[in-house]
Amino acid sequence: MGKRTVPEVGAGSMSDISFLLLTFFLLTSSVDQNKGMARRLPPMSDQDQQQETTRINERNILLVKVNSNDRLAINRQLSDVSELKERVKIFLTSDGRNKEMPEVDEIQIDGLGMQVVSKGIVSLNTDRGTSYKMYMGVQNEIMKAYNELRDEFALTRFGKSFNALQEEEQEAVKKKYPLNLSEAEPTDATKKTGRK
Amino acid sequence: MGEFSTSSMSDIIFMFLFFFMVTTTMRDSDMMVIIKLPEATEIAKLDRKDLTSYINIGSPTAGYQAKFGTDTRLQLNDSYKTVDDIRDFIASERESLNEADRPFMTVALRIDEETHMGVVTDVKQELRRSSALKISYLARRSGQ
Repeated sequence: MGKRTVPEVGAGSMSDISFLLLTFFLLTSSVDQNKGMARRLPPMSDQDQQQETTRINERNILLVKVNSNDRLAINRQLSDVSELKERVKIFLTSDGRNKEMPEVDEIQIDGLGMQVVSKGIVSLNTDRGTSYKMYMGVQNEIMKAYNELRDEFALTRFGKSFNALQEEEQEAVKKKYPLNLSEAEPTDATKKTGRK
Repeated sequence: MGEFSTSSMSDIIFMFLFFFMVTTTMRDSDMMVIIKLPEATEIAKLDRKDLTSYINIGSPTAGYQAKFGTDTRLQLNDSYKTVDDIRDFIASERESLNEADRPFMTVALRIDEETHMGVVTDVKQELRRSSALKISYLARRSGQ
């Protein structure tokens, strides 16, 4: 049996040490703010470097243009960001009978059966002078339209909001309202080039 | 008046400490550009932080303005770069991941809201050329 008495360590300084650590971490770290809008860029192939050659029926395109002064036009008519969401929603929910509105396809979706799916494509054109803020605002409104449509559909079909659905169900709803967003190369208002 | 014990104090502070350690991330690199992210509502958290590479675009911070002016600049890792450097940057970032994770690499675009789309498009085209197609526009959550 050796000595059994161990000198007691003062625990009072412990809080000082941990305070020091705490302040260190507070200073060196930043609050996690990595939230973003995920997108997939179209792959670049040699052929369509210049322009996509596939012709799309004009009624299937909702043309959203933003110029260098951040003014917005929907189908060549001046408009406002606040109107964009409703326009996109109306555009995507057409039944195909109206000749001005996009055509529809009937396709089989796993878990949903036969569904009417719009062929509509939202085409976003920007200028090189458009501000990123405006661009994100427009993207946000378009996304909001899609998300609301998916949510509404999920509610009527499954009785749950889109985020509460199972993964397969979410995929099925996404097929019902596929994100068809096409981004054209921006124009350059500073250069007056003839249109090809 | 009885003296109250301070020994639980350290436990409380440690708890704080762990809380902060878990909720925060280390600053990966010094920001050399001023970035005010645009506001958005339809945003989601980035799923795999270790698979994310950052491209920062904004005007130089005050300390660098004397040398570099206030024009929009691109920051990759710790220095100003041009759009042409993106391809090498993506290649080296991709190289640093293990093979199985490479298809899931995400490029997070941290772009100041006053940036012109011309710059952004050039960057996007370059990303397409280097086939880094998974991107995310970082944004702030706006008040509802």
